[in-house]
Amino acid sequence: MSHIDLSVALDAAAPEAHHHLVTRRTGAVVRTVIERQIAKLAEGSVAVLDFSQIGVLDRSCADEFVAKLVLPLTMERPSRESYVVLVGVSEGHLDAIEAVLETHRLALVVRFDDGVTHLVGTVSPLERQLWECVMARAGAAVEEAAEAVGLALEEAQATLEELVRRRLLRRLDDAFAPLGAPA
Amino acid sequence: MTAVLTVPASLDEAQFESVIEQLAAVPTEAKLLVDARHCRFATPYGLTALLCLAQSRVERPDFAPPEDEQALSYWARAQFFKYAEELYTIRGTVPKRAASGDSDVLLEVTPVNGNEDVQGIVRRIQEKAQQILNTTLDLEPRSTMGFSMTLSEAASNIIEHAGRGGWVMVQRYNWAKRRVGRDVVQIAVCDAGMGFRASLEGSRARALADRWDDQTALEAAVIQGVSRFADPGRGQGIKGMRGWVHRIDGKLTVRSGTARIVPIIPDWDEDVPLQGGLLPFPGAQINVIIPRRMAPP
Repeated sequence: MSHIDLSVALDAAAPEAHHHLVTRRTGAVVRTVIERQIAKLAEGSVAVLDFSQIGVLDRSCADEFVAKLVLPLTMERPSRESYVVLVGVSEGHLDAIEAVLETHRLALVVRFDDGVTHLVGTVSPLERQLWECVMARAGAAVEEAAEAVGLALEEAQATLEELVRRRLLRRLDDAFAPLGAPA
Repeated sequence: MTAVLTVPASLDEAQFESVIEQLAAVPTEAKLLVDARHCRFATPYGLTALLCLAQSRVERPDFAPPEDEQALSYWARAQFFKYAEELYTIRGTVPKRAASGDSDVLLEVTPVNGNEDVQGIVRRIQEKAQQILNTTLDLEPRSTMGFSMTLSEAASNIIEHAGRGGWVMVQRYNWAKRRVGRDVVQIAVCDAGMGFRASLEGSRARALADRWDDQTALEAAVIQGVSRFADPGRGQGIKGMRGWVHRIDGKLTVRSGTARIVPIIPDWDEDVPLQGGLLPFPGAQINVIIPRRMAPP
């Protein structure tokens, strides 16, 4: 897991923004900085993007930064295996993040200040159920998850694989693990 | 020969239509005198729209400032003359750039020409007006960020789509005696740029439309979230503004060219949801009214 303080990245890329992530241009500049940082991480790493020092986040900036950062990672054949988790997200930030993720039919793992981790964005009820099952067990084999949720093995396998493709879970040998679990 | 445009005694969004009406009768290249001598009250919409009016003229117009001392002082505190002096030839004297100690002026007339202007506006609102917004509007923390987000998206609309600079202003009012019956904050974001119709000229909405005019363009942008860019993530700014204004029982109006749309009409006001065939005014003018949160029954 690699912690990235967005306020530090924003200060370096656009000091005039004063910790506010507003406008598309600002979003594009910060995305470029974060993309470079993620590219330097080892294959399969989880980048933890920390919003705790960020003031205002508007939708245009969230679209340019959050959505466009995640889109290439979730392609069928991404150029690298990287994962993103958001932390320090306030309710105000969540409005913008949720809206842009839903527009692109994306989802992200978000850890709130109370320590609880949620899936935010577009997720089917089945995806959510399986994701929560894996989270509750801090990792699960497909048989275990299928049984816990009451699904046929094939359906559970396909949905868990889809969650991995969407970068919401990780493969851990024959099992599936939450982002942040030891690899 | 100089054409004279009389500014009404009360210059708000509705009354600015009378200025547009007079303007429509004057050729663009004609010499103009904007006569505000009898104006006693102006909202952020009125002040910023007056600056847009000057921007839209071929020849620098003349401007006669209000005679009423209170109005004159307010216009100076709102920094109107600071920018009006660049666009108009002022007839007579106006107070020098007074520092605004007026706590009701949450954001003085502020130019929007680029990215850094929008960042500056958000920074100033967050620093200067946060406390006032909390006490005036009694907004929850989540909604307070919505205020800055709305301001930022509306101002970004200028730099993304207008093709020229515009203006922003934010003011607090006590509207206890009006139908809304409580404090409100008004945000005006006005520009004299290309307007929504020209901005969406190359869009898919335009290609699919049987009829294409300011009214259809406004509907496409404000209601359907259409942008001139094919990117599906575009057009979210206005959608976000609309959602937030609706949630806090506010009112949003957008005028562009010959059309005006009111996607959110709260219970405390009456208006026409969509109007076409108005007299033309360049660019786009956005007005947002946010009332104080009502205590739960």
